[in-house]
Amino acid sequence: MEVKSLIITGYGLNCETETKAAFDYCGATSDLIHLNDILKEKNILNSYHILSFIGGFSFGDHLGGGTVFANKVKYGLKEQITEFIKSGKLIIGICNGFQTLIRMGLLPGLKENYFTSQKVALDWNDSGVFRDSWVTLKTNPESPCVFIKDINKIELPIRHGEGKFVAEKDILDELESENLVAFRYADKNGRPTSQFPYNPNGSLNNIAGICDPTGRIFGLMPHPEAYLSPYNHPNWRTAKESGTLRCEGAGTLIFRNAVEYIKEKL
Amino acid sequence: MIHRIEISYIDKWRDAKSESVKSRITEILNLPVTKVNHREVYTIQAEIDSSAAEKVANELNNPVIQKVRTAATVEGNYNWLIVVGYRPGVTDNLGRTAFTAVGDIIGRKLKDTEEKVFSSAEYLIESPGLSRKNAESIGKNLLANELIQSVAVFSKEEVINNGIPDNIPAVSGFKGGNIETVDLNVSDVELKRISKENTLALSLEEMQTIQKYFRNTEGRENLGLPAEPTDVELECLAQTWSEHCKHKIFDAEIDYEDNDGNREQIKSCFKTFIKKSTDEISREVDWLQSVFHDNAGVIAFNDKIDLVYKAETHNSPSALDPYGGAMTGIVGVNRDPMGTGQGANLLINVWGYCLGSPFAPQKEVPEGLLHPRRLRDGIHKGVIDGGNQSGIPYGSGWEFFDERYTGKPLVFCGTVGTLPKKAGKVRGFEKTIEPGDLIVMAGGKIGKDGIHGATFSSEELHMDSPVQAVQIGDPITQKMMSDFIYEIRDRNLYRFITDNGAGGLSSSIGEMAAECNGCIMDLGKAPLKYSGLDPWEILVSEAQERMSFAVPKENINEFLETAKQREVEATVLGEFTNSGKFHLLYNNRTVGCLDIDFMHNGSPKMKLKAKWQPPKWKEPSITELQSRDIKKDIVKLTGSLNICSNEYKARQYDHEVKGLSVVKPYIGKEADVRNDSAVFMSEPLGTEGIVLSSSILPRYSDIDTYHMMASVIDSAIRKAVAAGADYNHIAGLDNFCWPDPVQSDKTPDGEYKLAQLVRANQALYDYTKIFKCPCISGKDSMKNDSTRGGRKISIPPTVLFSTISKIDDITKSLTLAPEFAGDYIYVIGKTKAELGGSEYYSMLGFIGNNVPKVDGDKAAELYAAVSNVTDNELARSICVPGSGGLATAFVRMAIAGKNGLDIETDRIPADNGLTLPELLFSETNTRFLVTVDPEKAATFEKALEGFTLSRAGIVTEKRILRIGSISIKQKDIEKAYKTTLDKI
Repeated sequence: MEVKSLIITGYGLNCETETKAAFDYCGATSDLIHLNDILKEKNILNSYHILSFIGGFSFGDHLGGGTVFANKVKYGLKEQITEFIKSGKLIIGICNGFQTLIRMGLLPGLKENYFTSQKVALDWNDSGVFRDSWVTLKTNPESPCVFIKDINKIELPIRHGEGKFVAEKDILDELESENLVAFRYADKNGRPTSQFPYNPNGSLNNIAGICDPTGRIFGLMPHPEAYLSPYNHPNWRTAKESGTLRCEGAGTLIFRNAVEYIKEKL
Repeated sequence: MIHRIEISYIDKWRDAKSESVKSRITEILNLPVTKVNHREVYTIQAEIDSSAAEKVANELNNPVIQKVRTAATVEGNYNWLIVVGYRPGVTDNLGRTAFTAVGDIIGRKLKDTEEKVFSSAEYLIESPGLSRKNAESIGKNLLANELIQSVAVFSKEEVINNGIPDNIPAVSGFKGGNIETVDLNVSDVELKRISKENTLALSLEEMQTIQKYFRNTEGRENLGLPAEPTDVELECLAQTWSEHCKHKIFDAEIDYEDNDGNREQIKSCFKTFIKKSTDEISREVDWLQSVFHDNAGVIAFNDKIDLVYKAETHNSPSALDPYGGAMTGIVGVNRDPMGTGQGANLLINVWGYCLGSPFAPQKEVPEGLLHPRRLRDGIHKGVIDGGNQSGIPYGSGWEFFDERYTGKPLVFCGTVGTLPKKAGKVRGFEKTIEPGDLIVMAGGKIGKDGIHGATFSSEELHMDSPVQAVQIGDPITQKMMSDFIYEIRDRNLYRFITDNGAGGLSSSIGEMAAECNGCIMDLGKAPLKYSGLDPWEILVSEAQERMSFAVPKENINEFLETAKQREVEATVLGEFTNSGKFHLLYNNRTVGCLDIDFMHNGSPKMKLKAKWQPPKWKEPSITELQSRDIKKDIVKLTGSLNICSNEYKARQYDHEVKGLSVVKPYIGKEADVRNDSAVFMSEPLGTEGIVLSSSILPRYSDIDTYHMMASVIDSAIRKAVAAGADYNHIAGLDNFCWPDPVQSDKTPDGEYKLAQLVRANQALYDYTKIFKCPCISGKDSMKNDSTRGGRKISIPPTVLFSTISKIDDITKSLTLAPEFAGDYIYVIGKTKAELGGSEYYSMLGFIGNNVPKVDGDKAAELYAAVSNVTDNELARSICVPGSGGLATAFVRMAIAGKNGLDIETDRIPADNGLTLPELLFSETNTRFLVTVDPEKAATFEKALEGFTLSRAGIVTEKRILRIGSISIKQKDIEKAYKTTLDKI
């Protein structure tokens, strides 16, 4: 079957090209559509299997990352997205997209309630500044997240100013007990840590990515779409000379999991 | 109605922004402070009721970490409240976004000019005993720039008694629409006064030429124009003829005399040296597509795309408002590739700044100038926000520190773009205009911002420099505009695109009109940010984020309809003609009509004298050099500002967006050493790559700009070759920044400075020719002096030479990091006693005289050979020794590889009789340090047979850098490298 992926663009989002490259490389067919065109023809969502809220600076992060974009989507596409989730399809939010999913109340979607009041937040990094660096992530093997299947540990770049995951203790406890934490910042050996720069922003419980209880809505701060080629990795030269270079960038694993899931389940 | 929305942090969460303000108050201003709480305030002036305002407040708030109120909170633990808002008319990006958000939430768009949203920031300062004066100092010297922002300070008592005034900085009080006639039938003294008082920056000779033009022009009354020029016409000529737009000094006739009394008559530095070299090289290479006549040069890359590259400076605005000025620098240079050919996609940014030391004592900074640290923070932040928000990764960034940049910082920003070979039916790099095409402006609206930017930057920075000359960029408006452009580009809805930069519409439409020889444009049709602008202001405003198009009439509906759907402002302003006239209307009435030919070719050529006299500087004695503690010197030099790491700032720039990064700005095992070049794929998952490198060596100018220029060209090309670039496919960009080189009372040494310019150009011709590296774009900025605070500060003559080149297979690209213990270390090239202008001499307080020179023919042969070495994968890492010489090159290698190095100094190829400091710190050109797998050593040596080459050491696991008898622990050099600018 043809797996169709929809990537929403516009208003300062900027990772559309590489996100499309990621899905297409992993076997899907992607369309880039401006949010205004979707709002004009809302049912267009029905013809897609995977919906991406990509990275970038929607509205310049003014009023907080994702805030204004989330309002536009929430006021315009609530019904269509609710239907999209119900029909067993997938949603991924990366960086600014993760912020947007949280602001809309699609994540963490506790007890499968969506568009609720906001439960968690991505706050300013503890350093108070934007940071671009590579991080190591450890997956939670118990997580229902379909995007991280068969991944134990993965290296990806982060680049954000507002990525510190925070929530009240009861919410954090529920995220943990329901295994909704998918990725945690970890040291080189894969041990989750709160130590800078491994945890680059001071996220509570070292959280880098979470999913909803179905595992089909996934948000993360790091950028898997920026590690499609093995030559994106900062130490590819050493790996190449030692004969340990991956044949694909590890970011592809996440997109392939999504495409394969749709092929199997829908 | 006016509503206030106040968003602040919930106390239990850490407020990183407030903490940062607090630490800067103590660190930079040395004032005691217990706590800072900041809050964002949005003032909505709109026809909405309180419940709607309440709803807006709740949606804007992030309830997990923030709290929101629709009234002013006056209670709390604080002593002073500092309110920072924008001055009327200044771009308020937060306010503009909130304006959109309010519309989404209440279900109707706010009315464009009637309803408004303004943002402000409020800081609650808890510091018992802090005086009002000191509280004001925090506001003025740390939180706000009064040029663009308003600062109000209230004590807690005042807040409780009087409340907080609403922040409504609306522009009012201007009637607008005025057209004045300027009487030029006056004395020369009066002509000069008119030029000076109106910031026209026109010389007497130019004013006289204009006077004569109007005396001789007939038939003006038929158009309803007075015989004398209108202010619209005079301003238009001032912009078109400004140094910034016209490059008068590079075009001047120069009578040059060298120190032996030999005279040379130069018709134009640009044509005689820069263009001539490129023209000659274009007969030998087949990859030059479009040079010198568009916004940026274009070179071929592969069968799908061409590459576009342009670098600019934005110095004067950055001196006044570092954040806004620098942001405009980056988003402004983005529009150059965007306005080249049919409009290039933006791929990579680069930046580089020349600044005074951030540690300079305040008393050394002349009154009226911002402290270098504040400049630096603001400049970085501006380019960080501008680049990151535009979604363009940066490839390389550098900083160079010298006290002579305290008067005017240099802010270099560059952008690489890609043009499709074919955009719809036309070739990507071509553009045309037909008479009858419509003049369309798209993007932002016009305000008073940036008026006189072009003419002001053509002057030195003085007390009365116009405040409205500063613009603030709005990357999101620009991003939405660029998305729109790429969407319609391949549908061929427009025939011509260019950007609105310096000089505004006057320059962009003026240049476009020259393509088809005429236009008629109604300034009254231009969309304004607020009412009250005079027609001349509309014409020359440098309000940002605007592009101009020539749109065939049959496409206009589709063009405007698509713009509307993408929320991009687009307006038809008039029509291109072939009348020979630049005809301007204001609400259908003619307000100006100039001959296109006079506009572009009528300015008198400058005639200047240049006289070269080489300086003679003091040298340290041989004994003095021989008595140095070299180990200490290496560590100290490693930590000096021009060598040390600036990773803290660099990591705030996105370099991974687009997923193309192969060799990153910081490299090595722990990615903690700045690399000399960058490599990017041209598309995700691609194998063909783009290599970028650059070089800047202003200290050499103190000795001889000829060798300065030779050295920057040599080292920029060397860095590209070291990264794996194809030596036969390297193009250059020249960015000249000079102190005023025109002899006058203000500049008594003008003839010398002009001779420095000539000599730099001579070297540019000589060496770009030898290396077959044509300059495809360039820019000059010629008035980098400041007289503020009663002290003249002039920058040293500065050239940034940047290269763009191709690597066929990115998997062969290299960095400077020696990753494998046991690899051999080779030194290529002979070291000479060339400490003149070096970082080492500078550290010792000398300039010296033996500036590094370049043997071009030898270098060209070597670079071709090294290019083969990388192509055949015979090297594992290549480092280019630069500032600091071999010593700091070894240091950077060791830190990057997290390996030790064992170097035998007696095996480093060198001239006879060098002292150890000369051997280790000379910045001799045309050298490489290469690490090689021992198994490949023989093949490597064979490939470089005939060149000066020596195996001088080995990579070890010991974590010790041993250079001859000197041993330094890794942790000591790493500490030196990283501490100086840590968290600064």
